[in-house]
Amino acid sequence: MSTTMSGQQEQHNNRGGVQVHANTALNEAKISIENVDFFYGEHRALKSINLDLPDRQVTGMIGPSGCGKSTLLRVLNRMYDLYPGQRATGNVMMDGHNIIAPDTDLNSLRSRIGMVFQKPTPFPMTIYDNIAFGVKLHEKLSKSQMDERVEWSLTRGALWTEVKDRLQTSAMGLSGGQQQRLCIARTIAVRPEVILLDEPTSALDPISTLKIEELIDELKHDFTIAIVTHNMQQAARCADQVAFFYIGEMVEVAPAAQLFTAPKEKRTQDYVTGRFG
Amino acid sequence: MSEQSEHLVKSFDQDLKRLTDMLIRMGGIVENQVALASEAVMERNAEAATRTVEEDVKVDALEREVDAFVIRMLALRQPMAADLRHIVAGLKITGDLERIGDYAANVAKRSIVLAQFPAPYSMGGLAHMLVLVQGQLKSIIDALGSNDSDKAIEVWRSDRAVDDIYNTIFRELITYMMEDPRNITPCTHLLFIAKNLERIGDHTTNIAETIYYAVKGEVIPDVRPKGDTSAYAVVRPKE
Repeated sequence: MSTTMSGQQEQHNNRGGVQVHANTALNEAKISIENVDFFYGEHRALKSINLDLPDRQVTGMIGPSGCGKSTLLRVLNRMYDLYPGQRATGNVMMDGHNIIAPDTDLNSLRSRIGMVFQKPTPFPMTIYDNIAFGVKLHEKLSKSQMDERVEWSLTRGALWTEVKDRLQTSAMGLSGGQQQRLCIARTIAVRPEVILLDEPTSALDPISTLKIEELIDELKHDFTIAIVTHNMQQAARCADQVAFFYIGEMVEVAPAAQLFTAPKEKRTQDYVTGRFG
Repeated sequence: MSEQSEHLVKSFDQDLKRLTDMLIRMGGIVENQVALASEAVMERNAEAATRTVEEDVKVDALEREVDAFVIRMLALRQPMAADLRHIVAGLKITGDLERIGDYAANVAKRSIVLAQFPAPYSMGGLAHMLVLVQGQLKSIIDALGSNDSDKAIEVWRSDRAVDDIYNTIFRELITYMMEDPRNITPCTHLLFIAKNLERIGDHTTNIAETIYYAVKGEVIPDVRPKGDTSAYAVVRPKE
């Protein structure tokens, strides 16, 4: 009698951990930030920032107050031009053109790169006019075309069903969450390519916040989005890639799933786990 | 299992420490179970066997405690990065430890039946396997307490030796059974005992992988050594 072994050694690739970030593919850059420095007078608020904003995806920017994340958003649409003594150096490339070059047409730039702020800022006019106002600055539309654009914007802004019967009432009568969605709709109305959101939900209740996050998820199919947020869970929920800023430096950028499960840098690790002191 | 500076919220550190403590306590009980099971088999000690089975109640209770605590931490702390990895690791490790405890209890139960038969053959191979498995279990619980990914990888590599002995025992027992059908009952129990020990080795390996991921944030950069080839063993009667 004999006992024989047959078959080959089994080679299992059976591993305990999981590569949670293996499937996050980032698109090509819509905007490439290259070696950007920013100065408030003498103070260097951004130090050699290099960051790509992938096309039609969401980039989350996190970091403690004063780390430079909002400053970077202000660079992207040249908001700082409104203030004397503020200047940026380096390149911010969008479709082959350097946004921070002096010859950039700011009106056209700001229609291509829209921005939504922390506090809802509806104009003191009707809901309809809030949307139409910006559009009129850039385009000549007939009444019916404008009606269409207003409906389209409010629909994309996930507000249409709530306001369609009261378009001619004041926007100031809307709730905070509705006002913020109106501001997003207003931004979309001029059909930008990029949307910048500076802590868009920090003044909103959790349900309104989730509605905005759902909206972001929806909008990223058509727009490139950058969102600054103090809420790490929000960045985790919304963003495809997340950049961590600290005292004017961009410490680390990675797909969200990686940054929140296995960041490479110790400072990122300390910040996302709440160890910063 | 937190290895770094403290959290701004101090009670989070206490929670993480409590989780590690619970796992080490559970590991200690399971280690003892395997030692008792070993005594039950090798010394034919029925009392040790009974105690092994009794200890299982404690292990199951601790597993439920860890599960509940982990779910609570996930909900209330919303952990990120290394914290998240460690907390999820806790959930996995408690499952592995619970299984090891079950296998030890099963070994003990079989030892009671086995004691009614004369030993069919030398128990040297099994004794060696017991020593190896216990050594690995002890090392992995040390690694758990000290967040030692190097030690974890060492344990992970050493599982191969357990598999090799298991294969030898498997073939040996089949031979005994073929020689004399009266050996079939004790040998079958011995076979299950050996298989249970081999499984304990596998769960220890799982824990090693989990610790490595929790500490490093990446999987062990190697293919798992998989040495149990008994699934391919073919027994042919002599022509």
